[in-house]
Amino acid sequence: MLEALWFSLIAVLFVGFFFLEGFDFGVGMLARFLGKTDTERRVVINTIGPFWDGNEVWLITAGGAMFAAFPNWYASLFSGFYMALFFMLLALIGRGVAFEFRSKLESTKWRNIWDWVIFFGSLLPPLLWGVALANLMRGVPIDANQNYVGTFWDLISVYSLLAGVSIVLLFLLHGALFLGLKTTGIIKERAEAFALRIGKWTSVVLLFFVVMSYFETDMFTGKGINPGSIPILAGFALLSVHFFIKAGKTGWAFIMTGATIVLSTITVFICLFPNVMISSLNPEWNLTIYNTASNTYTLKVMTIVACTFVPIVIAYQAWNYWVFRKRVTVDDHLDY
Amino acid sequence: MDALDLSRWQFGITTVYHFLFVPLSIGLAYLIAFMQTMYVMKNDESYKHLAKFWGKLFLLNFAVGVVTGIMQEFQFGMNWADYSRFVGAVFGGPLAVEALVSFFLESTFLGIWIFGWDRLSKKVHLACIWLVAIAATLSALWILSANSFMQEPVGYEIVNGRAEMTDFFALLGNPQLWVEFPHVIYGAFATGAFFIAGVSAYKMLRRQQVEMFKKSFQIGIVVALISSVLTATAGHSQSQHLMETQPMKMAAAEALWETTGESAPWSVFAVIDTESQENKFNIEIPYALSILSFNSLYGSVPGMLELQEQYVATYGEGDYIPPVKTTYWSFRIMVGAGMLMILLGLLGTWFMLRNKIENRKLLLRLLIPAIALPFIANSAGWIMTEVGRQPWIVFGLQHTADGVSPNVSTGMVATSLIGFTIIYGILAAVFVYLVVHFVRKGIEIDHNDIHSKPQDSGDHIPAI
Repeated sequence: MLEALWFSLIAVLFVGFFFLEGFDFGVGMLARFLGKTDTERRVVINTIGPFWDGNEVWLITAGGAMFAAFPNWYASLFSGFYMALFFMLLALIGRGVAFEFRSKLESTKWRNIWDWVIFFGSLLPPLLWGVALANLMRGVPIDANQNYVGTFWDLISVYSLLAGVSIVLLFLLHGALFLGLKTTGIIKERAEAFALRIGKWTSVVLLFFVVMSYFETDMFTGKGINPGSIPILAGFALLSVHFFIKAGKTGWAFIMTGATIVLSTITVFICLFPNVMISSLNPEWNLTIYNTASNTYTLKVMTIVACTFVPIVIAYQAWNYWVFRKRVTVDDHLDY
Repeated sequence: MDALDLSRWQFGITTVYHFLFVPLSIGLAYLIAFMQTMYVMKNDESYKHLAKFWGKLFLLNFAVGVVTGIMQEFQFGMNWADYSRFVGAVFGGPLAVEALVSFFLESTFLGIWIFGWDRLSKKVHLACIWLVAIAATLSALWILSANSFMQEPVGYEIVNGRAEMTDFFALLGNPQLWVEFPHVIYGAFATGAFFIAGVSAYKMLRRQQVEMFKKSFQIGIVVALISSVLTATAGHSQSQHLMETQPMKMAAAEALWETTGESAPWSVFAVIDTESQENKFNIEIPYALSILSFNSLYGSVPGMLELQEQYVATYGEGDYIPPVKTTYWSFRIMVGAGMLMILLGLLGTWFMLRNKIENRKLLLRLLIPAIALPFIANSAGWIMTEVGRQPWIVFGLQHTADGVSPNVSTGMVATSLIGFTIIYGILAAVFVYLVVHFVRKGIEIDHNDIHSKPQDSGDHIPAI
């Protein structure tokens, strides 16, 4: 029971991470292109300025929660996807300092370099998360001792890259709509026009990914729990985005990309359950929530801590978004 | 070198590097919170300018600390998978709690603090920086409770070949934690304080904004003195605890091969020969090690050779002597740097109280390179405590060699080690360049602050 609870909690943390960091990855990828002048770029970056670090902690907490609740999952996943994580860490390191460093010197060249770092630092993590999720769904070579025995290149396939591209597109759309909500004037117009253009492509690529998942994974054969209508709702949410943008309802469009991200993440976790990593060598060697979990006492203690603090975190992060609810404009005090 | 050696190097490099930034963040957070409190209470604008100036340097430092911290959490799973499987049910707990309870608080309120200067009331904004400082301290507490488990395992039992938590409060009440945590936190205060004192000294020497930097110098040097003394005191209790729990580490830190007589001398300089397991040359202060270990002139301290036999009897065949030279010298570097810090703190405070500190050129000049002392002491202290614990990764429970990821190849670790080292080098260079740049620029009086615009109505709020 506790194992299932913790599996859901980790799902919640990943949902939080993809929803929140999703738009700030998107904004990071778009900053260079939607901001034509230096001030415009500053405006774009400032829309996520007060939030991105808090958003990233969702990932760090998810990592910590995996370590505490499912140490064997944490160990197998992190050592197995070693090189992928190495690249992701480089990206996250570069991106984090780039936000801080870019405006510190006047030089155009200096800012240009950091803007590229922000671009690649925001592009690479969603791409790699896509690759990682696709491999979690499809299964990877795991031996009897719960060790991943493949190489980095075994993780790379048309299917896993397609998953990466889908997530990149989805986050681009999510980020563009976030900018539509948080900026004014020309930047807002550009962001919404971009969202309108990319929206259709996102739907097409994601649909293609779902179809390919049918052939590549056994998610559809009902080995896990039947996700029921959740993935269908995710699909409808994504399709509705286009119409909301056309109707000028950016807020609703943003909610719908958010819903797509949330519902798709939930679908992946539900379909995995009770497995956490699937062995492509032998189903007996699958990692499950039972053979990777901590002892009951640890899970109980962690449950008390999580049930107390997750609501508090959500409350003050919500307050953070409330404090900075206004749109960022070029006339603002942008000295940061 | 194989994957194990490279993984050890990578862990050492990433951890020491991360911990260059962490103590400076913790120390500066409190000092900035103090300055901002002065601003709010006294309504003295100069403290606001100071808080903003030091805040800018703090944020540069914080950014590097945060990004290197992600690696810190991930590398247990990446490079030390078997360690993670063995202790995850105990060790993972404090890490998860740290992220959930402290790191969220720290990151969220720091974001609000940075962008909130003219969005929030003065008092709420002040509360944000205090929350950041407190959350950073709590972070240290959780992380150190995890580290304390590696030094002195408590609150667990071994079930099916792995450690399982049986008592969460035992982890928090670990005696090791309560000697380690004060030592680290006072060291962090000292790091922030010497940084502020040193930079202020530089500005006073250059005769730039002397009045302002005199203010921050006063705060810095007093805290530098107090925290250096407290760090040493806390270190003293830590060494006494070490005698009881990890005598081998203490013996290695003293290059003590044979058990001493009635009273133990403290070695100042030894030429260590690890091959023949003896010291070729040794300058000693009589009685000093007994005082350090037992608060008494008498008290015999066991040597490594005797402990080795004891450990073989307890844990089975094996070499239980850690790398002696590294442990011995890192301990001496830490203590030496700490002594210099106390001395400079005393001199600085003394001349500050006698007024006209800005004319004490030699002292001010010395305080600039002294910025490095706490960083040296922090790093040396961690190297001593982690290297001195070897061959254990968890004392008495698991050898470091058994904790490494079995499926991560030498080539993979070599690649990541080279990659991280290059990136860390670049970051360090950029960081130092920017700090110097902003120190040269000095305090900027922001005109937006003086004519702060009234907040406009809500037409910019996005409507859904």
